Amino acid sequence: MVTDWLIHAGLVALYLFLAMVIGLLFMGIARKITARIQNRVGPPIYQNFLDLGKLLAKKTNIKHNWIFDFAPLFGLGGVLLILAYLPMGGYIMLSGQGDLILLLYILAIPALGFALGSGASGNPNAGVGVMRALTLMLSYEMPFLIVILSLMIFYNTASLSVLLQKQMNYLWGIAALPISALAADIALQGMMAEKPFDIPIAPHEIASGPLVEFGGKYLGLLMLYSAGSIVVETSLFVDLFLGGGIVLNPTVYGTLAYFVNYLVWLALIFVVWMIAIFVNAVFPRFRIEQAFKFYWKWPTVIAIAGLVQAYVMSVFLGVVP
Amino acid sequence: MNENPLPSIIPDKEWKKIQRMLSKRSLWMIHFCTGCGAMEMPPVMTSRYDMERFGIIPMATPRQADLLLVTGYVATKTLKRIVRVYEQMQDPKYVIAFGSCPINGGIYWDSYNIIKRLDKYIPVDMYIAGCMPRPEAIMDAFLKLMKDIDEGKANGWMRYRKYYDQYRRNQMRIFKRWDE
Ligand code: SF4
Repeated sequence: MVTDWLIHAGLVALYLFLAMVIGLLFMGIARKITARIQNRVGPPIYQNFLDLGKLLAKKTNIKHNWIFDFAPLFGLGGVLLILAYLPMGGYIMLSGQGDLILLLYILAIPALGFALGSGASGNPNAGVGVMRALTLMLSYEMPFLIVILSLMIFYNTASLSVLLQKQMNYLWGIAALPISALAADIALQGMMAEKPFDIPIAPHEIASGPLVEFGGKYLGLLMLYSAGSIVVETSLFVDLFLGGGIVLNPTVYGTLAYFVNYLVWLALIFVVWMIAIFVNAVFPRFRIEQAFKFYWKWPTVIAIAGLVQAYVMSVFLGVVP
Repeated sequence: MNENPLPSIIPDKEWKKIQRMLSKRSLWMIHFCTGCGAMEMPPVMTSRYDMERFGIIPMATPRQADLLLVTGYVATKTLKRIVRVYEQMQDPKYVIAFGSCPINGGIYWDSYNIIKRLDKYIPVDMYIAGCMPRPEAIMDAFLKLMKDIDEGKANGWMRYRKYYDQYRRNQMRIFKRWDE
């Protein structure tokens, strides 16, 4: 009993730690690839580990108020909570009935915590950045919610583990609902705040926005936070549309299945991240109202088309996964 | 620098070495372009010389930066902003003075509102002479600064702490008032 519990806790800690390492590594790879696209040499791919080490080793004497001190922990804690809810390579740490809907709620926690802290610093740039971030959230959530709705209608479930099970048995979401997958990928670009939607953290306009007052250890924690968010967002797409990378059934193959699935999941989130990075490397930045108009126009139309497709397939054609 | 988190495992000397290694490999820079430099920095940052391969990237705010680049002449009015930027940066922090103006006044030697030596007001770790220095000189300065940090010679931030009163006296001679 106790040993079971200990093994489970150890595995959760291992998965969360690996997610952080993967996030930092992905940030380094993204910098290297962006550099190669721009015909530069670029930093080594372990650069972000050095940056993190330096930031955590710096002396930090920034004093605003306790909310400001609390915010990086709040953000990091929120990201870890979401990571625990997202199956990584089929390993489910926390789950419950209807956790797809719960996930939509807790996806906002880290961003809100972060906004709280940067608002507490009282810097006008941070205020502008937070306002932009919340507007951007409002814009990409619209297509994203419709996409989730069509998934729920098609697979007839609101539980992430059942969704994974059905995708494994029947067909991956991207093959069954390609139109919705396209809309979700466009929404994902805004969720990751990569170009052309890096409006909240525009360094040349508003001095890196919400990050403006954070330095030293605070910034180190926020770097871990963004490393975690990369894994959260790419893994969200993989879990919804690419079957969570599950190729071997864990009930049949046991531990080997977890290994293989984890590697497949890693490859898939890498592909999703690379798509985002290639788009990021060649696009300039939208203004916030342009981003808003874009999101409520094209991805929403595409997502509604996907919704119609899911509805027709499951209600009129009787496709039951 | 930060205290040693695990004094029982890592000896203090090793900890200092690790910290120097880390801060040398990831210098985040904020450039305060007063006079020249706005033309020389872009080739250094972009694909011609690409300083990112040494981990040096431009940052938008002093809170996040480790390296302050003061490029060009420093007017008495600008000096207050430079001191403010410098004091907002987190230790350990380094300063590079760029061009001959912050060294000795350059061609503004007898100007009424340009300070002559930046080193009297904030500690400078590295000078780049020239009017104006070429991008190669900037790269060279970065590499020399990295070497200095590694050997523990770039300790201007310690000097600023130790001789704070003298620095502050020099600054106040220029400012008269701190809040205008
Ligand atoms: S160093 Fe030369 S180019 Fe630079 S500000 Fe001084 S006079 Fe101008």
